[in-house]
Amino acid sequence: MNNFPLPIAAAPAGLPIDDVLFVVVPYVVLALFFVMTIWRYVKDKFSYSSFSSQFLENQHQFWGSVPWHYGILALVAGHLIGFLFPREVLWWNAVPARLYIMETGALIFGVTALVGLVNLIIRRAINERIRAVTSRMDVLILVLLLLQVLSGLYVALFTRWGTSWFAGVLSPYLWSLFTLRPDASAVALLPWSIKLHILGAYAIFGVFPFTRLVHVLVVPNHYLWRRAQVVMWNVRKNSTGGGK
Amino acid sequence: MNVRSQISMVFHLDKCIGCHTCSVACKNIWTDRKGTEYMWFNNVETKPGTGYPTQWEDQGKYHGGWEVSGDKLRLRSTGKGRIVTNIFHNPHLPTMDDYYEPWTYKYEDLFNAPAGTDQPTAMPISKVTGKYIDIKAGPNWDDDLGGSPIYAANDPNLSGLGEEQRQQLQALERLVLFYFPRICNHCLNPACVASCPSGALYKRGEDGIVLINQKRCRAWRSCVAACPYKKTYYNWSTGKSEKCLLCYPRLETGQAPACFHSCVGRIRYLGVLLYDADRIAEIAKLPADKLVEAQREIILDPNDPNVIAEARRCGVHESVIESAQKSPVYKFVKVWKIALPPHIEYRTLPMLFYVPPLLPVLGQTDNNVYENGQDVAAIFHPFDQQRVPMKYLANLFACGDEGKIRYVLRKLMAVRAFKRAATVGDIPMATALQALSQADSSDSEAEDIYRMTALPTFAQRFVIPPMHREEAIEAFKDPQDHKREVGFGFTASPKRGL
Ligand code: SF4
Ligand code: SF4
Repeated sequence: MNNFPLPIAAAPAGLPIDDVLFVVVPYVVLALFFVMTIWRYVKDKFSYSSFSSQFLENQHQFWGSVPWHYGILALVAGHLIGFLFPREVLWWNAVPARLYIMETGALIFGVTALVGLVNLIIRRAINERIRAVTSRMDVLILVLLLLQVLSGLYVALFTRWGTSWFAGVLSPYLWSLFTLRPDASAVALLPWSIKLHILGAYAIFGVFPFTRLVHVLVVPNHYLWRRAQVVMWNVRKNSTGGGK
Repeated sequence: MNVRSQISMVFHLDKCIGCHTCSVACKNIWTDRKGTEYMWFNNVETKPGTGYPTQWEDQGKYHGGWEVSGDKLRLRSTGKGRIVTNIFHNPHLPTMDDYYEPWTYKYEDLFNAPAGTDQPTAMPISKVTGKYIDIKAGPNWDDDLGGSPIYAANDPNLSGLGEEQRQQLQALERLVLFYFPRICNHCLNPACVASCPSGALYKRGEDGIVLINQKRCRAWRSCVAACPYKKTYYNWSTGKSEKCLLCYPRLETGQAPACFHSCVGRIRYLGVLLYDADRIAEIAKLPADKLVEAQREIILDPNDPNVIAEARRCGVHESVIESAQKSPVYKFVKVWKIALPPHIEYRTLPMLFYVPPLLPVLGQTDNNVYENGQDVAAIFHPFDQQRVPMKYLANLFACGDEGKIRYVLRKLMAVRAFKRAATVGDIPMATALQALSQADSSDSEAEDIYRMTALPTFAQRFVIPPMHREEAIEAFKDPQDHKREVGFGFTASPKRGL
């Protein structure tokens, strides 16, 4: 053999592992997500619920549920903005002061979510009544969420500046998936912690339809606009009246 | 005018014997499943007492019902704006500890315990966790404890009573209690419906029954906090709220609800009221002292030709109008005016009315001998010394207005005097008639009240309109098509999650 270094092309045949993880997996997950949530909604609406356990335990629930939801909602919104408006995010981050504001904000919400989640996990573990209403899926989803928040915080702290490279690297990758021209080459070069975070997200989306997380899909936004009272007629068209 | 019909109820408290047959009948049909063990769609409380859930009438604690702010009506708990922040943790949600943790006993220990010197015992175990529990309280824990310092003394209705009146309630030789059976009031302005973010709760247009769509409920818990009567309950197992459904499957087939049907004291009446739905929003905002009258006012006279014409125009079925004309509830509430709504100051406009109790057995002491009043003054005399202070009843049924209670009790008392004069004869008839006229009544009305109170038949107590639910569908659709679309309805078992 000559002294040439081995070319990449001589790598093992078949799909490179990165392509499997970052191209095949997301499509499988997405398909699963849509098919299963819709199937569950059509076939078994009764099972759609947030399964609140506040009725069984009230105080600890506050310190878990409230910080968790505020934290995670802000983070999801942040990710969404990075995905939808990468250019604007990069423009904003071009000024260091603005970048710091963005990063600190993200970190604060991350820590808030973590505090909430840890409280929820402790509550579920120590309270007898809550244990009685805990399913295997609840445990699984809590573990996945915890890993996700931890890996997210790790990424935020040690691979700076996430808000920028998300817009620069991950957003194009995600767009490539959604526009059916998958290209995972940039992702393949990312450090393992970020890869873990991405895979964690896919795992959560994958189990989503089978857990109580489906309550996210049925948040009651129309309440803000509907009339207070609901009157239903057997045959007449639905109408409202009374109240204010 | 927007005429609607409502299936309404009257409970005659003088007749309730506190047997709880109603509660058990209901439980056996509707709430004997996992997650519902603690729910009592029908419960019977001892008054004075703290009730179920504990002190439910204390809205400072529970924040149920509506309040007027400015010229608007708003929910005291989580209304529109506040749902956004309160959905993750509802600050006004009662917890299981406000009701009680349901339990059973480990009966198998009675059979399986190894031979020993002691009798084996069946230890209580929680129906939630399955672990041993130390029972501190249960539903109806204060049954018959009228004078108790932990229960009766903490009744929220005692507010506004003077020290002397409180003492009066506690004095051993005067101890008094009465029973207060409660179901959902199927209100005209239901706080539960208005608070549900999912729109899972609704009032049925044709009969006014308030229901929760189990497929739309997502456990946001708002209705539990918003109902001031605490008559929606959260099923901790299925993650859905449930409530009294007035046994609508029974009603639709012409049977009385189970609690009505089984009532031993025959205290319950059910019938249709016609009302003007256009005026709900306006009257629900009135000052508290006007509410009782205003609610009576929007209940319409089913014999008035104008009302009948309007009802027809609004699509109220002929048979429902007929049924409204025979309604015992209409007589109690509107004609005789002796039935009052419970805590109408919560502004949900409850459609269950109570005849306040005429306690205790009529009489006054002279020389420590109980005698019947011989003159009119004596017939009405006992009110101010009656063992349940008038103010207490007024707090329960008339927003604190003693006059309204006095009106009812005078009438009830005069009816008694009249019947006593007629049957026993130790009260002069002239005196009785005079008492009746002073109580805004007449001999014929007294006879009617007497008949409806003491001798009513099943069919007179429960005037159930034909509900036309099948017929109405058939009018618009081929029944075969309809059947194919809906199948037999919702037949999956109510299990938790997937
Ligand atoms: S009593 Fe409570 S649950 Fe029943 S209709 Fe009124 S507000 Fe709703
Ligand atoms: S069954 Fe009738 S008499 Fe007995 S407790 Fe219930 S309401 Fe009262």
